[in-house]
Amino acid sequence: MTDAVLPSPAREQSAFYRDPKLLRRALPAVSLAAVLIAIFILNDRAMSYRGLDLMLKYAVPIAFATIAQMFILTVNDLDLSIGAFVGLVACIAGIWMVDQPLLCLLILAGCIGSYAAVGALIHVRRLPSIVVTLGMSFVWLGIAVILMPTPGGTVPEWLKSLMSWKSPIIPFPIIACVVIGVLAHVLLMESSYGAVLRGAGGNATAVDRAGWSLLKIRMLMYALAGFFGVLSGLSLIGLTTSPDAHIADRYTLLSIAGVILGGGEFVGGRVSPIGAVIGAVTLTLTGSFLIFMRISPDWQIGAQGAVLIVVLALRALIKLREAR
Amino acid sequence: MLQATEKIVSLSGMTKSFGAVRALTNVDLAVGVGECLGLVGHNGAGKSTLINLLAGTLAPDGGEIRVNGMAQAADYGVRRAGAQGIRCVFQELSLCPNLSVAENTRIYHKSLRGWGWRRNAAALVQRKLDEIFPDHGISAHATVGDLPIGRRQMVEIARAFTVTDSPTRLVVLDEPTSSLDAFAGKQLLTYVRTFVAGGGSCLLTSHLLGDILDYCDRIVVMKDGGVVADRAAVEFDRESLVAAMGNVVSEARIKAHERAAAARIEASEVVRALPKQQSDQTALVAHRGEIIGLAGLAGHGQTRLLLQIYEAAGQRGAETTVAGPVALVAGDRQNDGVLHLWSIARNISVRSMRTLVRVGLIDGAAEVALANKWRERIRIRTPDVDNNILSLSGGNQQKVLFARALGSDAGIILMDDPMRGVDVGTKLEVYELIRAEAEAGRTFIWYTTEIEELNNCDHVYVMRDGQIVADVARADLTEEKVLQASFREQGARA
Repeated sequence: MTDAVLPSPAREQSAFYRDPKLLRRALPAVSLAAVLIAIFILNDRAMSYRGLDLMLKYAVPIAFATIAQMFILTVNDLDLSIGAFVGLVACIAGIWMVDQPLLCLLILAGCIGSYAAVGALIHVRRLPSIVVTLGMSFVWLGIAVILMPTPGGTVPEWLKSLMSWKSPIIPFPIIACVVIGVLAHVLLMESSYGAVLRGAGGNATAVDRAGWSLLKIRMLMYALAGFFGVLSGLSLIGLTTSPDAHIADRYTLLSIAGVILGGGEFVGGRVSPIGAVIGAVTLTLTGSFLIFMRISPDWQIGAQGAVLIVVLALRALIKLREAR
Repeated sequence: MLQATEKIVSLSGMTKSFGAVRALTNVDLAVGVGECLGLVGHNGAGKSTLINLLAGTLAPDGGEIRVNGMAQAADYGVRRAGAQGIRCVFQELSLCPNLSVAENTRIYHKSLRGWGWRRNAAALVQRKLDEIFPDHGISAHATVGDLPIGRRQMVEIARAFTVTDSPTRLVVLDEPTSSLDAFAGKQLLTYVRTFVAGGGSCLLTSHLLGDILDYCDRIVVMKDGGVVADRAAVEFDRESLVAAMGNVVSEARIKAHERAAAARIEASEVVRALPKQQSDQTALVAHRGEIIGLAGLAGHGQTRLLLQIYEAAGQRGAETTVAGPVALVAGDRQNDGVLHLWSIARNISVRSMRTLVRVGLIDGAAEVALANKWRERIRIRTPDVDNNILSLSGGNQQKVLFARALGSDAGIILMDDPMRGVDVGTKLEVYELIRAEAEAGRTFIWYTTEIEELNNCDHVYVMRDGQIVADVARADLTEEKVLQASFREQGARA
């Protein structure tokens, strides 16, 4: 009986490829590398500054939306309104950003505030987040359609030039993705309050008993999601130059897929910001992969689904090994 | 010495009810500075309720809580308790499994922030782990979810003893050794003595009576929601402590059941089940017309054994042989028993559906007839069996579950602590019904956490750690015997 407390170092020092925990952590990066290599094999010109810049342009707004979704998933909720919200932000910015920048910023701040209010509502009334955010998605979309019934609006020049900036050596989208990932990582994984935020997803009762306000935590997580949603909308119109209410409808599911692909889980506060960004980039590249395969972009969603299934199946296999 | 010391907490007149069930009645409890207080009592005696009131996770219905001599306002809760140096290690683990050991420590201490918080938190908990459990082999950066349960318990205990800005005055350890092995358990108790010697206080509950006797200064014994003994530990020994926990002489014991004992040999055997974890060949045996009791502390494999029998219905196997169909009466009504959206009649008939079918459809009239028959028989208090099941009180819902099992074709009825939260009147009615059904030839296997209920049984098996540890005939049944078997020293077996 006393043997049980003695440490067993032999089991803890197994080789990298044999350790399921490390394997699972490396899975997002491995899947990204696999998609990239497949693209490079199909078309070696993609392996250039210009090629990467073109392929990864749209990864930036998707990465922002994915990080927004990740904050919500951290507290075991799901946001089905992020796509509509990004669309609304795009419309608001398209209408006011050039003429009345101050008013525009105020409205966007109000949007973030209403995201926090949704979080508070979900917490206080103990409502299922899926239902509330699904409802909110129609609200966001409705406002966006009223504001901008047909595509139009103007995009500030500084935003356009920022998003199409030709940075030296490393393409701008790569730099942007790294910055987004590191920023979210520091915020959630490295800061001392970040530990509390993740703890709320892991065992809310324990966090509550330790004297933290769960209401405040949830409101903050929703506000952060709103903030990153705003960044996603702004970066998106910087790329497309013509805002539209439906511009980001696909982002809702894409962002969930990105978080999961990046090693996150639906419950238990297990998320990885850097993984989420990698997941977003992988999903973006899947589209390019299809183009190089000369397959119609109509298949893009299907292909993204296939990538998700393959990666999740691999993860399940690793978990099976972990359990043994 | 005991009287002279000042009190870190004192609870007086604590009263708490859950619905109709009185969990605590006018209980006084005080823990002195530099004292280790042991709290014992069998399941349902009110220990957990009392600890939860002290910790602030439950609010009392009446009474006064004083901490460091100061009366606490009505808003007394976990945070107020924590701010005054009261720390609790609850039976259910309150760690975040997705965080590392250090991060879990950080959640406990608001002051662990700023640059290097992770390093500080890791050092803090590592130091405490080294102090309490030398050679623990836990890394402060390990994810808690990846640790086995024993090590998680160690982390939680060590975390409760860590100190940052406010001192730790009283640590409440509720069954701390339940998921620790004997060696780590001893390490903890040794540390508790050092902690107490340094002026801290401890409140300890454990089902290992030896630990309580050896390591506590004073022992409070609870029974039926009240304190029945409060003396220095040296004044107790094993026997007197067990005696204080239960009735020494059971009144019902006098009417010995020689008739039942004789019948037991003659009647045919209908159930034979060997628990999966049983190390010897002691199996549960039930004969036709018998009421078999399953005793022991909650969660020691009784429900698992019932399910083992349930799954083996009508089969003959190496470990489990069950002759004939089986029905189960669930104890956890809301989760395992009641079908919330259905009527009373449907809730009764669901187990007998096959016999109520006419040309492939449910025969509504037969269903209502069955329900009405049982409404009469066990007096389910409802004007109409078509009403929703939730229109009934808890006790009547439980009667519906009995009707479901007894109305079926099953000759063997398994009962999973079915009287939880049921009022006395209903209990007596159901006892009578069970006895009548047993005389008519049905066999009952009855898991109960209430020792008095065992008086209804012809034969009792006591379980501990998933094994049958005692096999007691009705004539030899005493509460002491059951308690002794349930609480046997862990070391004695190893």
